[in-house]
Amino acid sequence: MTAATRQASTTTAATLAARPEHSPESPLSIHAMTVAYHRKPVLWDVDYDAPSNQLIAIVGPNGAGKSTLIKACLGLVPRASGQVEFWGLSYRQARSRIGYVPQRESVDWDFPVSALDVVCMGRYRMIGWCRPVSRRHRQAALACLDRVGMRDYAHRQISQLSGGQQQRVFLARALAQEADLYFMDEPFAGVDAATERAIVDVLRDLRETGKTVVVVHHDLQTVPEYFDHVILLNMRVVAAGPVEAVFTNDNLHKTYGGRLTLLSEAAEAIARAAKGEG
Amino acid sequence: MLFFAMAMAIAQQPGRDVHAPISITNVTDEWPGWAQVFETLTLRAGFNTTTVIVGTTLLGLAAGVIGVFALLRKRSLMTDALSHATLPGIGLAFLAATALGVDGRSLPVLLLGATVTGVLGVVCIQAILRLTRLGEDAAIGIVLSVFFGAGIVTLSYIQANAAAGAAGLNHFIYGQTAAMSVRDAALMGGIAAAAILATLLFLKEFSLVCFNDAFARVDGWPVSLIDLVMMALVVLVTVAGLQAVGLLLVVAMLIVPPVSARFWTERLWLLVVVAALIGALSGYLGSAVSALLPRKPAGSVIVLTSGVVFVISLVFAPTRGVVALSWRRLRMRFRIAGDHLVEAAFEQHGREGNGGTLTEAQLARLAKLRGWSAWFRVALRWMLRRQGDIERAGTTLRLTEHGRARGARVARNHALWEQYLVTYADIAPSHVDWSVDQVEHVLSEPLIAELERALRRRGVVIAAAIGGGNA
Repeated sequence: MTAATRQASTTTAATLAARPEHSPESPLSIHAMTVAYHRKPVLWDVDYDAPSNQLIAIVGPNGAGKSTLIKACLGLVPRASGQVEFWGLSYRQARSRIGYVPQRESVDWDFPVSALDVVCMGRYRMIGWCRPVSRRHRQAALACLDRVGMRDYAHRQISQLSGGQQQRVFLARALAQEADLYFMDEPFAGVDAATERAIVDVLRDLRETGKTVVVVHHDLQTVPEYFDHVILLNMRVVAAGPVEAVFTNDNLHKTYGGRLTLLSEAAEAIARAAKGEG
Repeated sequence: MLFFAMAMAIAQQPGRDVHAPISITNVTDEWPGWAQVFETLTLRAGFNTTTVIVGTTLLGLAAGVIGVFALLRKRSLMTDALSHATLPGIGLAFLAATALGVDGRSLPVLLLGATVTGVLGVVCIQAILRLTRLGEDAAIGIVLSVFFGAGIVTLSYIQANAAAGAAGLNHFIYGQTAAMSVRDAALMGGIAAAAILATLLFLKEFSLVCFNDAFARVDGWPVSLIDLVMMALVVLVTVAGLQAVGLLLVVAMLIVPPVSARFWTERLWLLVVVAALIGALSGYLGSAVSALLPRKPAGSVIVLTSGVVFVISLVFAPTRGVVALSWRRLRMRFRIAGDHLVEAAFEQHGREGNGGTLTEAQLARLAKLRGWSAWFRVALRWMLRRQGDIERAGTTLRLTEHGRARGARVARNHALWEQYLVTYADIAPSHVDWSVDQVEHVLSEPLIAELERALRRRGVVIAAAIGGGNA
């Protein structure tokens, strides 16, 4: 790093960290972020500081901008305004410490590669331009497949995997990135029970090794069981904080409006969680 | 096609009249002798023919390699728009060069013009996609037709106003392979080398961007730059192919070989190799055939050759071909039907302890319930006997030891799935994966134990507990 870029990094770090509401220790600081598609705002004035070493769920109704929030943080959709920093650094500077699991439906699974090939893609930035995947990286990728219980399927063509297995391959690819902060877009959507268990195990594993994970989640019932922190989102942040403090009937009502069936499910989940603690 | 031409020649032999006016239906081809065919295929049919064959073979090879990435990036149709958009560039380049006093028919000048408007067409598509809410199909359709229309207008203007020197421009539409010079063939070789070199260097990067560009961008790869390199290679092949096969058909050289190759392999690098081979083979055979039959334009013969390869791949390729697919579907149908039959017999065994026998009447009832036709029933019985699941016992069918074990397994799976749906009715539909034959592959151990307990509470005896059916 040259003196000039170091200077640049310290100045950008100062911009958000200098504000009392943001801290440079936070793996993800979002400040006054607004995102619009075709001039229609989908996210409005989002302010959030992610706590370190926690499992964080983004929860909200359809069209609330859950995926958009992640994509805007990662620069995949343009921000109309606002800033995002990672450990007080810009995305460009912090990129090597960030891992990403896109939505499973976002790719064509009839692509001529094996499960192992996909996981190796997580190592590409360590391998660098024009160099083939070495044995060392292949072994690392295999170990990641092992962590999600998919080692036996390493050489399967990816279209021959079930939906849940494909999701686990995506998770393994993110593990192969060896990041400190992970963004996962709907990893639990439409997966079988064994996959759900495997993903939860990996998430807890990540937390134990000091990582932070931000997950777009659609199943209100499992929020108290799986996550520590929750962001309730409906175009703006309705509430954010520890699950036990924020995941309340009142806040859910504000987030979901009058969708009663969902709310009664959530109420059950809250009751169950309370019983579990008591 | 050759056969047809030969048949026509023979049919018209007796009444042949030298003075008959030449009409469309009266045109016949000279059928080349075997010696001539052999000479052409082994590149000994004269310098010009050999140049053309080598040149188109190399072009086919390059197009096959590059086409793989256009296909995987889902840009196949965009290359069609690109090739059509080259036409106005050719006309404008001719006009500009003539106005500047340069030879308007010089190939580099014309290809430069073709490149400029071709790229402009692609830029227009991207602009339409970014600035409007139109889909890619509409954007491609608009750009393709408007640019091609502009090209036709330019060419007819040239034909009406410019000197006779403009006559050759039309050849860019359908191609004029026979005009290929040694320099052109060398150019094809250079492009093929560039395509292979780029693939060797950037296979990893290309595949990452083609498979999942959002991930690549988050991972820090310059996706736009990588896309640009891939697109530049497509432009290179397209422009180089204009003269040989024409702008209407050059896109087929980019699309058909990779699509055909996709039927044969599931590995990316093999896909590139097979597509290159199919492309080269089509170029080689196509140009050789057109050299032997003078009135057949090489471009269309090359494309037809790759079309034949495509049809063969579509039908006969292992695993992905139509024949293999139908065969697999049929086998799956038999397996499921076999499961049902064995399970029904096993239930008989559970009720009556008779080892699992089905009478003809019971079998007929089962067939009616499952909608099995008579021939299907015969085939099914034959197959189950061959697999050693059932045996004939007098007028009835009886399960063998092997068949009882299968029946127990099937009954247990079905019972567990059913219990799962009963217990987890609210979440189950999204979690049930019927495609796996063993519940254990999908549900966790504790969950299966829980389901088994629930089944026992309901009084359903789990088949696995019966083992091979000896209880």
